[in-house]
Amino acid sequence: MAARRPAKNQPAQFAWTAENLAWCEAEMKKYPAGRQASCVIPFLWRGQKQEGWISIPMMEAIARQLSMPYIRVYEVATFYSMFNLAPVGEYFVQVCGTTPCMLRGSRELNQVCERVIGEENHVSADGKFSWLEVECLGACVNAPMVQISTKADDHFYEDLTPESLEAMLARLKRGEKPKTGTQNPRRRTSDPEGEPRTLTDPALYDGSRAAPVTLPNSAPKAPAK
Amino acid sequence: MLADKDRIFTNLYGRHSPGLEAARKRGAWNGTADMLRMGPDWIIQQVKDSGLRGRGGAGFPTGLKWSFMPKQVGERPHYLVVNADESEPGTCKDRDILRHDPHLLIEGCLVASFAMKAQTCYVYIRGEFVDERIALQKAIDEAYAAGLVGRNACGSGFDFDIYVHHGAGAYICGEETALLESLEGKKGQPRLKPPFPAGAGLYGCPTTVNNVESIAVAPTILRRGARWFTSFGRANNSGTKIFCISGHVSRPCNVEEAMSIPLKELINEHCGGVRGGWDNLKAVIPGGSSVPLLPAETCETVLMDFDALKEARSGLGTAAVIVMDKSTDVVRAIARISYFYKHESCGQCTPCREGTGWMWRVLERMAVGQSTSAEIDKLLDVASQVEGHTICALGDAAAWPVQGLIRHFRSEIEERINRYRSDRPHVAVAAE
Repeated sequence: MAARRPAKNQPAQFAWTAENLAWCEAEMKKYPAGRQASCVIPFLWRGQKQEGWISIPMMEAIARQLSMPYIRVYEVATFYSMFNLAPVGEYFVQVCGTTPCMLRGSRELNQVCERVIGEENHVSADGKFSWLEVECLGACVNAPMVQISTKADDHFYEDLTPESLEAMLARLKRGEKPKTGTQNPRRRTSDPEGEPRTLTDPALYDGSRAAPVTLPNSAPKAPAK
Repeated sequence: MLADKDRIFTNLYGRHSPGLEAARKRGAWNGTADMLRMGPDWIIQQVKDSGLRGRGGAGFPTGLKWSFMPKQVGERPHYLVVNADESEPGTCKDRDILRHDPHLLIEGCLVASFAMKAQTCYVYIRGEFVDERIALQKAIDEAYAAGLVGRNACGSGFDFDIYVHHGAGAYICGEETALLESLEGKKGQPRLKPPFPAGAGLYGCPTTVNNVESIAVAPTILRRGARWFTSFGRANNSGTKIFCISGHVSRPCNVEEAMSIPLKELINEHCGGVRGGWDNLKAVIPGGSSVPLLPAETCETVLMDFDALKEARSGLGTAAVIVMDKSTDVVRAIARISYFYKHESCGQCTPCREGTGWMWRVLERMAVGQSTSAEIDKLLDVASQVEGHTICALGDAAAWPVQGLIRHFRSEIEERINRYRSDRPHVAVAAE
């Protein structure tokens, strides 16, 4: 359980953009009447996307919006590790450090981040970057990997080497958009490197599977003689 | 090797479009209306007959779980909640279903919800899977537009809504009652059971929580028959399964294979073998970070199914195979897993809250040898105090890898302790 506390410097207020306010209203319709508290994680996430991090005025506003006690929102915001309670870099680099990534060199990725960006969990002087080692991000067959979050998106970059991560950070700094997903040119996604060995049968994809089927075991049982 | 024609997830790698038209061409949504016409009891019976066991880790029979829901809807509505909070280290299979074969999942949600008389389904996706969430929502929008879900789903007269919900980075929300708490807008802390979710789950209503893969395979089982499914794997371990093989293999990958495939065959056939050759193998974690590791000797012959791995004192878990070659510092590898559990403990139960941190700190010292032989026994003792003494299985999951490490690599830890001590006149071991 990591201790998570809000930042010292807090803004005076928080307001949704018109677009996000409309999004909030649509989101609330997913849940039954009186159960609007279910929206608290999606709202906090949306707020984080709008501002880059979650401030106390934002939590207060969401509490009012969802008719929840403020402390319940605070409780949720401090419990879940994806909520940034202090500003992060424009590019927030999360290095997966759990064992499957560690076995394939995530610690070397940490060193690249330290060298290029600086101390963990500190925003670089130009405001462009911050980084953090996080727990398993769920792309273990493409280890090691990072997730890079901006206000606009949250992409995975997989099958990294220290060199490819360093090159990627340089490209992001120049405002370029590197290819997302695997960085291994011989892979597509979670497939094994090289020529495909499975799912090569053309009959799977020629439409023959869309031909009407009779469900097995669906015929009424013959009456017993 | 499993023949392509018997693979359920024919777009596992995303080589084809995940969209509705392409998914239909691959056989998704084929005969769905007929399945609904056969009625809830038929659906549940087919799934029971198929022997499908939950694909999220615990391996509980899926059909049986469905049958626990009340037969009729009373005052409280029924819910299906799909657990897409995939966070078990080593596991990345549900991600591929969400982004590449989402229509199989959506179809499964409809069929399972219909069988359990649930008119609303929530798919709870882990917060980090942002692109996957977008992909699933896109597929759901397509299904609504085509009348496959929504009012009068597939022309069945059954009204069905499906929504995507997401978390924000807590492993514990993969535990079904913690997931429900989180979905209700609270901290993800597991509930005491009973009541079980089938009696009082989401918003206090009858609820079934199933893993993504369990739900996504259901329509294909109904289409091809329970007997087809049971033709793979040994008795009580039937079907096909997505395996995730990571770590020190030549070509890490996800692959769908028959249950009960020998571990050695899985690694050699699909992953190009262990890095540096089979003899370079040190240990394998066969079912995600929660299960005890297996030493190389066991990997020689063990089968990848629930019962065989249980006999080997490990588990199939999520079928996430983490391979470690001889270059691995196995103590550090397990210490990192202990750190994970320390980080992810929700803090509700004392044995887990305190025990996970304690085990991690001791293992970090053991990794450099700064410990004593007696402390190994102490560590085992603490692990057994955590195991089985918490509300949910996270405590067990934190204890098992540590127990596995000591069971198979005790001599390596002792050697490291001796080496460390031999260089020093006096070793102080700090009380923790």
